[in-house]
Amino acid sequence: MKILVCISNVPDTTSKINFTENDTKFDTNGVQFVINPYDEFSLTRAMWFKEKQGASVTVVNVGTASSEPTLRKALAIGADDAIRINMEAVDGLSVAKQLAEVVKSGGYDLVLAGRESIDYNGGMVPGMLASLVDFNFVNGCVAMEVDGTAVSLSREIDGGNEVLTTSLPLVVAGQKGIVEEKDLRIPNMRGIMMARKKPLKVVEPVALENATSTQSFEKPAPKGAVKLVDADNIDELINLLHNEAKVI
Amino acid sequence: MSVLVFANSTNGKFKKNAFEVVSYGKKVAEQLDSNLVVLTINADSTEALYTYGADRVLAVKNDAFTTFNAKAMASVLKQVADAQASKVVILDSSIDTLHLAPILAVALDAGYASNVVALPTSVSPFTVKRKAFSNKAFSHTVISTENKIIGVAQNSYGVFENPVTGTTENFDATVAESGVKSEKLERITGKVTIADAEVVVSAGRGLKGPENWGMIEELAGVLGAATACSKPVSDLGWRPHGEHVGQTGKPVATNLYIAIGISGAIQHLAGINASKVKVVINTDPEAPFFKAADYGIVGDAFEVVPKLIEKLKAFKQA
Ligand SMILES: Cc1cc2nc3c(=O)[nH]c(=O)nc-3n(C[C@H](O)[C@H](O)[C@H](O)COP(=O)(O)OP(=O)(O)OC[C@H]3O[C@@H](n4cnc5c(N)ncnc54)[C@H](O)[C@@H]3O)c2cc1C
Ligand SMILES: Nc1ncnc2c1ncn2[C@@H]1O[C@H](COP(=O)(O)O)[C@@H](O)[C@H]1O
Repeated sequence: MKILVCISNVPDTTSKINFTENDTKFDTNGVQFVINPYDEFSLTRAMWFKEKQGASVTVVNVGTASSEPTLRKALAIGADDAIRINMEAVDGLSVAKQLAEVVKSGGYDLVLAGRESIDYNGGMVPGMLASLVDFNFVNGCVAMEVDGTAVSLSREIDGGNEVLTTSLPLVVAGQKGIVEEKDLRIPNMRGIMMARKKPLKVVEPVALENATSTQSFEKPAPKGAVKLVDADNIDELINLLHNEAKVI
Repeated sequence: MSVLVFANSTNGKFKKNAFEVVSYGKKVAEQLDSNLVVLTINADSTEALYTYGADRVLAVKNDAFTTFNAKAMASVLKQVADAQASKVVILDSSIDTLHLAPILAVALDAGYASNVVALPTSVSPFTVKRKAFSNKAFSHTVISTENKIIGVAQNSYGVFENPVTGTTENFDATVAESGVKSEKLERITGKVTIADAEVVVSAGRGLKGPENWGMIEELAGVLGAATACSKPVSDLGWRPHGEHVGQTGKPVATNLYIAIGISGAIQHLAGINASKVKVVINTDPEAPFFKAADYGIVGDAFEVVPKLIEKLKAFKQA
């Protein structure tokens, strides 16, 4: 089985979000970039398929040279090789179209991605990619097994899970559950050393127009101070929630 | 040219988000000076939609959609969009709609903006305000393709009545082949789900252990609320994974979010910040959650929550 894992390079979850150039550019100053947390779950599942079922694992990112440390980290975790499509990712549809080229030419059976990237929160690239290459698609996957070309999975639904069956070729957008938190791997020294020697191929993007673009960013208005209510005065809290906030 | 709204239903019934997208779509149609068309799939009755301005409803009825099927439903939306010359399609942000939206975007070769929180600020260029960076910022996004899809973030625009005399026609759609088969639904019944709830009662590691969740369940019961928890609580197995909210868990965009014994780490806040009113109960006045909250009580949950339950019961009876 040939697996491709789509890796989005995102600011660490604790990053302060600021903008520059008249609020048109994300300020990367002092920001640490990481593998998108959902993609990390999917990558870990891919490693499991590699170790238990002899799959090969390629990681791919659409991004500039600044994503390479993140791709190297994925290699250090155990992916066999990496591909970077040399383009700034601004729009889900165009990212999916670039990824589709790699999927078509690479002969992958399974594409693993994340439920959403925590920077632009699009939640769209995996489904678009599946449609573009005509693979089956399951979103929000919380469990997955492959037997030959038959695949059984669970996806999160409102208030529970849905058990599904499908077949390869397939795109899956994963989240916690596809592996558990404790299964996530921190690259060790040997992995980091080996990652340096693993192939990281840079390919140029196909010519495309972006379907969407950010004109400007805006930060939420600063929040007013919290109204503190004395622990002995619960009536006051109920009064505020009823009469002021009007939520009960 | 028309604006197409998909009014999603579960087991034949609409939820609030269906009324929200119809309310939203009505206004967008006005902005664009075009017609509104609302699509339903296997809804029991479409009448409720008229209240929110749906003057023309197309109803698809087909047993193939007894269970959700992303590819086939996206194909139905595509057929309707083609038939109605819809250039703008408006969707909600339920788990199922989020599943089909990207498939539809490819079928229509449409730019898709998800997590949209307000009406378009301009129709030329077509610009919408959407959440980005996990609620830490907004992006003013231009959609430049001819066909456009807007995903409205849950509970962000609101529900507005706009009663009209509506009509409903049947729409015969072809059901596309789908390579994914639903085998079984495992749903907890009889509980308010986080996605549907108007109020969410959430608790964290401050509660010390799973045996202390009785009062959280009871408080939720009094408020008709869903229960939720912080990530360590589900990682420790104190509560089911489905209750984990935050950046890596479920998103919460409810009217009232009550956080009990939760410190308010940035990753927790990122997932719940879209809630309108936040109440915090925490022993530590320095807990970061107080900076993000509207109302707060500095106090011990084991004393405050039972009192709150008692007072709320009295309030509900009054
Ligand atoms: C990549 C990543 C993703 C993450 N995603 C999420 C996420 O999606 N959701 C999430 O929740 N977390 C997430 N986290 C974890 C997050 O950083 C925090 O560790 C977590 O939210 C803390 O949970 P907590 O507030 O329950 O526990 P703690 O931080 O231990 O806080 C417990 C709080 O309870 C208070 N307390 C103690 N006793 C009482 C009492 N008797 N009465 C009242 N209050 C009391 C304490 O003062 C304290 O503020 C993520 C972390 C990482 C690194
Ligand atoms: N620039 C990118 N390069 C590679 N994969 C991506 C990129 N952007 C998004 N993805 C994948 O698509 C998933 C959903 O992203 P999004 O649609 O941006 O929310 C991510 O979790 C990644 O797996």
